[in-house]
Amino acid sequence: MDAHAHAAGGHAELEIPFNVDPRPDTGLYNAKLGIWLFLASEVMLFGALFSSLILLRTGADSWPRGYEFLNIKLATLNTFILILSSVTVVLAWSHLRLGNLKKGRIYISATVICALIFLVNKAFEYSHEFSEGRFPKTNNFLAIYFTMTGLHGLHILGGVIVFLYFLGPGAKMWAKEPQRYTNRIEVAGLYWHFVDLVWIFLFPILYLM
Amino acid sequence: MALRRQIRVGSQWMYADEAHKALREAIRVMKDETDSGQQQPWIRRYVFSTDHKWIGLQYGFTALLFLLLGFCLMILMRLQLGWPGQPFGVMKLLGETRAPGGILLPEAYNQLGAMHGTIMIFLGIVPLAVGAFGNYLVPLQIGAPDMAFPKLNMISYWCYLPGGLIMLASFLAPGGTAQSGWTSYPPLSVIASQGQTWWLVGMVFLITSSLLGSVNFIVTIIQLRAKGLSYMRFPFFVHAQFVTSFLLLLAFPPLEAAAVLQLMDRVAGTSFFLPSGLVVSGQALTNAGGGNPLLWQHLFWFLAHPEVYVLILPAMGIVAEIIANGTRKPLWGYKSMVFATVFLGFMSFVVWAHHMFLTGMGTTISAFFQTTTMIISIPSVIILSSLFISLWGGSIRFTTPMLFALAFLPMFGIGGLTGLPLGLAAADIHLHDTYYVIGHFHYVVAPGTIFAMFGGIYYWFPKVTGRKLNDFWGRVHFWVSFVCINGIFFPMFAQGLAGVSRRLYDGGMQYAHAKQIAAQTNPFMSICAIGLLVAQIPFIWNFFYNAIKAALGHRDERLGSNPWEATTMEWAATTSPPLAHGNFEVMPVVHRGPYEYNVPGEAAEFIPQHQPDAAEPAPRGGLLPATAVAMREN
Amino acid sequence: MTDPIAAVEPAVDVHEHAGAGDSQAHHHSPEQIRAEMRVYLIVFAGLGVLTAATVGVFYLFHPAVHTAIIIALIIASVKGFLVAGYFMHLLSEKKVIYGVLVLTVIFFIFLMTLPVSHHANPFGS
Repeated sequence: MDAHAHAAGGHAELEIPFNVDPRPDTGLYNAKLGIWLFLASEVMLFGALFSSLILLRTGADSWPRGYEFLNIKLATLNTFILILSSVTVVLAWSHLRLGNLKKGRIYISATVICALIFLVNKAFEYSHEFSEGRFPKTNNFLAIYFTMTGLHGLHILGGVIVFLYFLGPGAKMWAKEPQRYTNRIEVAGLYWHFVDLVWIFLFPILYLM
Repeated sequence: MALRRQIRVGSQWMYADEAHKALREAIRVMKDETDSGQQQPWIRRYVFSTDHKWIGLQYGFTALLFLLLGFCLMILMRLQLGWPGQPFGVMKLLGETRAPGGILLPEAYNQLGAMHGTIMIFLGIVPLAVGAFGNYLVPLQIGAPDMAFPKLNMISYWCYLPGGLIMLASFLAPGGTAQSGWTSYPPLSVIASQGQTWWLVGMVFLITSSLLGSVNFIVTIIQLRAKGLSYMRFPFFVHAQFVTSFLLLLAFPPLEAAAVLQLMDRVAGTSFFLPSGLVVSGQALTNAGGGNPLLWQHLFWFLAHPEVYVLILPAMGIVAEIIANGTRKPLWGYKSMVFATVFLGFMSFVVWAHHMFLTGMGTTISAFFQTTTMIISIPSVIILSSLFISLWGGSIRFTTPMLFALAFLPMFGIGGLTGLPLGLAAADIHLHDTYYVIGHFHYVVAPGTIFAMFGGIYYWFPKVTGRKLNDFWGRVHFWVSFVCINGIFFPMFAQGLAGVSRRLYDGGMQYAHAKQIAAQTNPFMSICAIGLLVAQIPFIWNFFYNAIKAALGHRDERLGSNPWEATTMEWAATTSPPLAHGNFEVMPVVHRGPYEYNVPGEAAEFIPQHQPDAAEPAPRGGLLPATAVAMREN
Repeated sequence: MTDPIAAVEPAVDVHEHAGAGDSQAHHHSPEQIRAEMRVYLIVFAGLGVLTAATVGVFYLFHPAVHTAIIIALIIASVKGFLVAGYFMHLLSEKKVIYGVLVLTVIFFIFLMTLPVSHHANPFGS
């Protein structure tokens, strides 16, 4: 509870307990629990799409093989890039815990750059498929391929927006409440690792099977 | 060598006496600022409020309006069913394309049916039960200052309202609104007109709202509960909302995925749900094919079954609160009820395909789902039985809320029991997609959940507004509704057993086997429906009259802040606790269970949950006034 | 006169000494944090190797689909375990989180297995 924030004037913002400091019996601060719950729902979201893939594939007379026309090399590169971005974000959080905002920002920026490279590669992939006449409506494999990688891509974009916010206007929080800022990066990082985790499964299932 | 006591404040360790000084200063400054009239602008306070109480009221008003709209759609349907093909002046409201000359067209009937279900479930009951009652009461009942994420709460409401408006806008789409049932089965829904796309987009907004809300509820209940409030001291209402939130969190995403897939089918030309070789009106479709309509059904019902428990659990929570309070004794079997609720929530994820027994299932899956469905009836019975037994030996106060809560019990009993033959495949062959099903689920939701909602409104109205709803008109509302609602839905069981299918725009008159029973029962049921509509008029008047009077400042001073003499903590906060100031001037500490009524050996007739072990009874007028006085003097 | 502070205090964490043993964030020393960073880099290397292995195994077994699926899923699971366990520090997480995730995994398994078993053992077979 920061007495000075209130004395500084303006509206007294309602103080929610355990926003920054963990509640003793659960050992968690609120956003940590919140993001894990959200990730649980995301598991069910992507799970439903995986289930759809299984159902459609097992019921199909014929099913094209992704490796016959998809760009495995580019996708492998993308996998490395996304894993790299996971490392950079967890290193960013570690530097923030050490009190080093500058290094934290560098690593967050690295994460964003990796993410953007991923998206650019995906754009190349998609346009290549379109130019070869392969669209979502062409067959069910392509339909599920575009839907799953597209939804995954939207999640990456969402993450990029969040990190850009924390590099930009959100960075003001570090000056007044560094612990809270660090927690926010931790929470955003958890989301980011999940997005990486989904890709780790998507890649072999769509491209190599 | 006394240790100088340290406490942790924020992220720092401070010496306790220094921390005390800092805290006192903070409170003084806070009171200064708010007392000097520095308040949030109107739009932050009332439109984009982050206060759970106001958001709860926003949800409540919006949901009640949607419920009324869904009800009116049903009235139009019942006019058609009672007197098929007859012109009605009120049908002309639907326009010439839907009801030329005031006679409802079959396509229009389908639109009414699909939207009645959608609006009642997704725009009406869940927002009312969870968004309104849950939002307003849960932080108060657990002694928290607000939800864990107030801004997220605000965003939840502002995803719900646009979603609802998009659903309404779909009525204006060319070809009309969604007309493939609230279940939107493909291939019909994929080839349906534009309104279906709007329905899908609206659903995405509503699902997002639910997901954000459920995260908020779960974190709030786990993290923000007051000191001393262990899980087994929760009011049952909180347990119900807790489990409900888990259902919303984990069951909605597959429907979101399915909605995306159906949108892709409709807009991007994919064939997720379209099988090969489909011919529509003599024309073969040109899509790639290879899709599976059953995929939609699995994904849809994966949500929609837990959804029905989302509809009933908060209602059970409300009924439990009213019954404990109205019998002046603790709930019988509280522990069993809690475990039954958790078990029910878990099982609700493994029963969904009992909605799909007639889709060509193999014996393995059929046996599996029949077994799980029979098992899930057990926790429901435990909860209902406990509520019934709770009445035994009670000193029952037959207030208006109590009437609704008492009626809930046998009504839910009928609804639950009629579900059993539906859960067994052999009987379901005969009953699936008949009026028996409609009777079954309406019993659970209408004289079940909606009666519990009414009871909750009558019960908590004084908490929110400081006025009680008029008791005489409340009883009129109850009795006329109770009689009419049974008149509408009970004959449906007979109709279903006789083989009258659901979703027939003429109520079965075109089928020889159904004609007689349809002609005998439908007009009677429709008259009861009109009676039910009339019964709501005193309620609507009662509600708005008293709400507006309260808003203008006309409180009932005789009521005090605890008119029902209840023990749970929402009654400890002052009546209509002010917005954006937290709920309690001093955060309560819980010392006892939630239903300490007539405790043997205690002098007081009831002991509030937060009251410490002291000789004096609960202070009249709640916690706030005495403490506020103390702080002003400080 | 009621002291509001005394009543508020129970909501505030009280210890007789600093450094109570909750994991993460507040009370890890800089050495511990740097040690964790080294672990992250080792895990990163492992993930890189496993990614290469996934593709390598694919080319090795190609085009035997069944073997490829099984091995690829095993490798993906190991990679997933590393990301979840170390980057998301699930290995040292709290019981509440474990509980939520176990529940989710159970429902996830229902969602994967039941729809696809729809036609198993049809009537009359």
